[in-house]
Amino acid sequence: MDAGRKIKEEKTIKVKYKNKLWIVILLIILWFLIYLNLERLSAIINDITGLSSIKDGYAGSIEFFIYEVPKVLMLLTLIVFLMGIVRSFFSPEKTRVLLEKKSHFLGNILASVLGIFTPFCSCSAVPLFIGFVEAGIPLGVTLSFLISAPMINEVAVILLFGLFGWKTALIYVTTGLFIAIISGFVIGKLKLEKFVEPWVYEIKSIQNSEEEKITFSDRIDSGYLAVKDIVGKVWIYIVIGVGVGSFAHGYVPEDFMAGLMGKSAWWGVPLSVLIGIPLYSNAAGIIPIVQVLLEKGASLGTALAFMMSVIGLSLPEAIILKKVLKLPMIFIFFGIVGIGIIIVGYIFNLIY
Amino acid sequence: MVEVRVLGTGCARCNELEKMCFNVAAENNIDADIQKITDLKKIMSYGIMQTPGLVINGKVKISGKLPTAITLLHWMQEEK
Repeated sequence: MDAGRKIKEEKTIKVKYKNKLWIVILLIILWFLIYLNLERLSAIINDITGLSSIKDGYAGSIEFFIYEVPKVLMLLTLIVFLMGIVRSFFSPEKTRVLLEKKSHFLGNILASVLGIFTPFCSCSAVPLFIGFVEAGIPLGVTLSFLISAPMINEVAVILLFGLFGWKTALIYVTTGLFIAIISGFVIGKLKLEKFVEPWVYEIKSIQNSEEEKITFSDRIDSGYLAVKDIVGKVWIYIVIGVGVGSFAHGYVPEDFMAGLMGKSAWWGVPLSVLIGIPLYSNAAGIIPIVQVLLEKGASLGTALAFMMSVIGLSLPEAIILKKVLKLPMIFIFFGIVGIGIIIVGYIFNLIY
Repeated sequence: MVEVRVLGTGCARCNELEKMCFNVAAENNIDADIQKITDLKKIMSYGIMQTPGLVINGKVKISGKLPTAITLLHWMQEEK
């Protein structure tokens, strides 16, 4: 009888999973239908509200707003959902196994790429650091991971893609990877292990290698949770950001930032990085500012450098890492990453 | 009595997990000794790499995310 109940239970789980899968597929089809017709839909809304008949700056801003906000939010929702599923295949434990016994440069590359896909919260930076070092992963490789994980996150990339196009998003990802790989590699070469708090090496922990079984239904759940968590947190920044971006149009003079952050000011890039370090914000919070900066005459390289500095280097992070790293190491860490960002900023200002 | 340890250095989710443990135990009349561990060395000795971590009777149950209340109850009853 017990066995019979078990089979019944398994059946209901299977049915539930099938239903879930169908809902997801239907939602994705619906997503594409709306997304591909978004321009038409927003035009209809503009016609109904009579916005399109008004021909002054404000109406233009509102039109832009009505189209852009749903566009970015929809993109974000889809990608965060997919990333949630992709991330469920990764975990810090698996990443650690992949990074063990890797040669230096290759390890830096792998760590930076894994940084994009491994679920990571900056509040766990210290346990993760210790867990990696303890497993014998070189310091430089560990830091490559810790640079890339917060800097290249899907929210930053999607917002750049939605607001500035795929080229800017691609540039951001490649240069972010470049900075993580090179900075980690340089730090590895400098042999800075003596600046790690000695107790880190003394910790002996039980290694948990128990793999929990995850079904595809669980992965869909984790995609949904990611959407709830991330989109639920950042949508307000996007509405404000796009709002500020579209309405700042008429108020601030076009070249307001050009003197400070334009191409002609050579000190613009290092200054932006320096200003960015004490500022701390998540990717969604910084995008509106970047948008206003670009709108008002800042050059792309300078604005991206500012953004990377705010997201990738922050005082709270330094304070957290201070628990495991001695002060000189933190300065070296920030210094090298900062220089990497500055170089990227200059290269972009040269190209564009 | 179930021994419940919440591992976390003070992130928002760590506090949330601690609260969840107290609530679940109280609502279901489970005799539990719930404590939060904030000392980094102790946390690391459990071998987790993400906080919050949840340890019930010495066994790491989850790390880096929050369990659902039902799962949490299930774990507590299982270990009782």
